[in-house]
Amino acid sequence: MSDTVLLNGNQIQLTIERLSREVIESIHFTNTVIIGVQPRGVLLAEKIHQKIIALTGVQIPFGKIDTTFHRDDFRRGKSLNAKVTEIDFHIEGKEVLLIDDVLYTGRTIRAAMDALLSFGRPTKIELLVLIDRRFNRELPIQPDFVGSVVDTIESVDVEVHWAGEEQINNEVIFVKK
Amino acid sequence: MSQLSSKHVIGIEHLTVDDIQLILKTAVQFKEIINRPIKKVPTLRDITIANLFFENSTRTRISFELAQKRLSADIINFSSSSSSVKKGETLLDTVNNILSMKVDMIVMRHASPGAAHYLSERIDANIVNAGDGTHEHPTQALLDAYSMQEKIGDLKNKKIAILGDIMHSRVALSNIFCLKKLGAEVTLCGPATLIPKHIERLGVNVSHNLDETLQWCDVANVLRIQLERQNTKYFPSLREYALYFGVNKQRLDKLSKEIIIMHPGPINRGVELSSDVADSEHSIILEQVENGVAVRMAVMYLLANKQQF
Repeated sequence: MSDTVLLNGNQIQLTIERLSREVIESIHFTNTVIIGVQPRGVLLAEKIHQKIIALTGVQIPFGKIDTTFHRDDFRRGKSLNAKVTEIDFHIEGKEVLLIDDVLYTGRTIRAAMDALLSFGRPTKIELLVLIDRRFNRELPIQPDFVGSVVDTIESVDVEVHWAGEEQINNEVIFVKK
Repeated sequence: MSQLSSKHVIGIEHLTVDDIQLILKTAVQFKEIINRPIKKVPTLRDITIANLFFENSTRTRISFELAQKRLSADIINFSSSSSSVKKGETLLDTVNNILSMKVDMIVMRHASPGAAHYLSERIDANIVNAGDGTHEHPTQALLDAYSMQEKIGDLKNKKIAILGDIMHSRVALSNIFCLKKLGAEVTLCGPATLIPKHIERLGVNVSHNLDETLQWCDVANVLRIQLERQNTKYFPSLREYALYFGVNKQRLDKLSKEIIIMHPGPINRGVELSSDVADSEHSIILEQVENGVAVRMAVMYLLANKQQF
């Protein structure tokens, strides 16, 4: 099987637009913060954050969180390269919107929630993902906002490619491992 | 590059440039962690580390211990003064007994140069050298490099002076290896009696004129006069040493630029460094101590990953 394009640049653009409006519909602006999961969730989170500001004019605090040191697969051959964690505001008592690109086993999100709790106790954590691979979950974690649901087998990877400024070249593809 | 090339950190001499860069890069993330409201990550919760200090230490031992606790490792502490070493047990026996209780990593300080290397050839656990006699003190050099980078950026072609008792200093030797590998220019400055002969072969300059050296450098790393390791007189008196080789405010005021002052501690105040400089805004001595925890977390984190399931 060759790589199959699941969403092209225009479709991603539409999905981001819809997700942003869904978020605006449901969040409490005065009390919400947006946090992107490193490395690639941050790119999606930045786009959604900008979109929400553009649509509403409300400044929502934005942060990044790295999950490396909270993962449960340390010493099991995974990458050690930690990325920047940057949360310059209090999350105690806030509603956190956690954003990642692909939800797969759920382990990254578990680690991200664990890392997040080192910064305080949010009243609520919600999850937004661009792609939900719903049949491969290993933990009881479900997204609150979903771009697109895909059914995949384990031997296939789903990758989101961000092509920098040229949004038209963004794509979500199936890659055979 | 996301793995260390070695399962031990015995000395900077045997680390690659990539190893050093990986440790320094990882330490940046750990510094962020130790400044969080909850300064702890669960990463090493299944790792047991033994701190074997056969020689006295305050700063290094506390720094390692805190770094281990911040990583959630289980730790045991050992100091030779209250142990069976006093009854004549050999180093290898002591360590093997501790390892048989399922310890994964050893952090060791020992008065004999090469002690950590000797152990690394005979045991399986990861070893971190926390100072072996007058040989090396790798984590100190790494935290010094980290602190310098934080202040002046990439060390390539930067001018670093190491001042004072080079002969008895493991910090000096590790610093020289580390700074040279990172591409810095290094000048050693001190009385001729305290600078080993032929040290230029390591690619460093030697000077005996403190004022010239201070004017040349971007950073001055001032070393402690190690009176406990000096069994002969290397200079006539502490007062004379302070006069010719002590860094003080008058000397820094004469320079045409501002330089950064570092010291690995403990300071002999009024000898190699005057109090008004040690406590001034030029000095980053306390930042070095803070960075020490982050750098040691990075070293132990990366070493623990060498023990794959």
